[in-house]
Amino acid sequence: MPEREHTSKSFEQQLRTLKDRLLLMGHHAEKMIADAMHALVERRPSLAEEVIKSDDTLDQLELEIDNLCYEILALEHPVARDLRFVATALKIVRDIERIGDIAVNIAERSRELIQEPVLKRLIDFPIMADAAQRILKDSLDAFVNSDAELAEKVIRDDRLIDDLNERMFRELLTYMMEDTRYISRAMKLIFIAKHLERVGDHSSNIAEMVIFLVRGQDIRHGARVDRG
Amino acid sequence: MNFFYGIQQALFNIDLQIRKNLITALIGPSGCGKSTFLRSLNRMNDLIAGTRVEGRVELDGEDVYSDQMDIIHLRRRVGMIFQRSNPFPMSIYDNVAYGLRVNRITKNRFTTDEIVEKTLRGAALWDEVKDRLSKSAMQLSGGQQQRLCIARALAVEPEVLLMDEPASALDPISTARIEELIHELKRDYTIVIVTHNMQQAARVSDETGFFLNGHMVEFSETRRLFTAPRNRETEDYITGRFG
Repeated sequence: MPEREHTSKSFEQQLRTLKDRLLLMGHHAEKMIADAMHALVERRPSLAEEVIKSDDTLDQLELEIDNLCYEILALEHPVARDLRFVATALKIVRDIERIGDIAVNIAERSRELIQEPVLKRLIDFPIMADAAQRILKDSLDAFVNSDAELAEKVIRDDRLIDDLNERMFRELLTYMMEDTRYISRAMKLIFIAKHLERVGDHSSNIAEMVIFLVRGQDIRHGARVDRG
Repeated sequence: MNFFYGIQQALFNIDLQIRKNLITALIGPSGCGKSTFLRSLNRMNDLIAGTRVEGRVELDGEDVYSDQMDIIHLRRRVGMIFQRSNPFPMSIYDNVAYGLRVNRITKNRFTTDEIVEKTLRGAALWDEVKDRLSKSAMQLSGGQQQRLCIARALAVEPEVLLMDEPASALDPISTARIEELIHELKRDYTIVIVTHNMQQAARVSDETGFFLNGHMVEFSETRRLFTAPRNRETEDYITGRFG
């Protein structure tokens, strides 16, 4: 259903700005995760550095979005869908910011790993990274388009990433059991897998909020509570 | 129920239950029929020539529009507060006591005093006026005048209070007082309030009906209506995407 325009042009503009900023921030986080993984797979320390530095931009956007939300709440007293939109913005901005931190963590681990010989050919990692990036992208697309079905798909797909993480953990465990010299590198890879799994969790959080935004239903923590 | 001004139909199939000891708010754009509906509840519309009601309005199961209904008695049971405070040009005391005398509720001065004090306390006005009860009500501020009108309505011990934009002419502090008062009155009365101020409806009411073009589009629990309304037209109206 197409959204009708707000009678108050300035309110409409503020809501639009908020959405644009969130999209910019989401896009930025997506790129950070992608770059961190490229840095690891292609062994490019400079790219890892770039990811670490670019986190500042994300932090700035978080502050800006928070302020914008408080301003809208204080000045416009949003209700119904507008209220759910601002509430959603305040929540998902936290998730996006955390995804940025995760990208930094991955970049830091990658920077260390690049200094050492390759432990194994990194085939599973790009697959898992792709999966994590895809559901992150899907969760943001679901938000932009108010697409509750896509949000539901994100929540389902998050379980696949959990499975991939489990699989990778078991595989890396066999490496460590084989040769103790592998432990340090394998541990770092396990951390990275865990980080990617967390990207899935945050995307899933975003998706839950999108369902709240669109349907007014809170589905977090297994609750199926209709508002009111 | 349906309501007509001459051949012009103003309300279409309105069907709702106003629940006891709850505050019911009616919202909607100008001309949507919410005030017409409010006034039909104690037959204030009877004062306008050519109006007609189809269907039933019941108060405790009694048909408000039946021939046996004593309109004076009905309006005592269903009191009304208007947008502009309209105190009588007499003393504060007499404003409250007026209804008692007209309705011959009390004859002796002692009980009248008691009721006046009790009612002024009930309307959260006593402390501000207790030392000047014999002064003219016209000297009070707008907010005080409105609370005096509420006291006047309360003096005859109604069951239901109808309020038509009771705070729209008041400053924010006076408005907050009235809202606080409405909240306190809920214990003893059933209140129906018409308001243009949606924040006010959201703040004071338990249930809200949204009227549009003479139809009641949605009737929901207030916190539901303002967070996740069921109807698209309600959503558009309360979020300001209207017209």
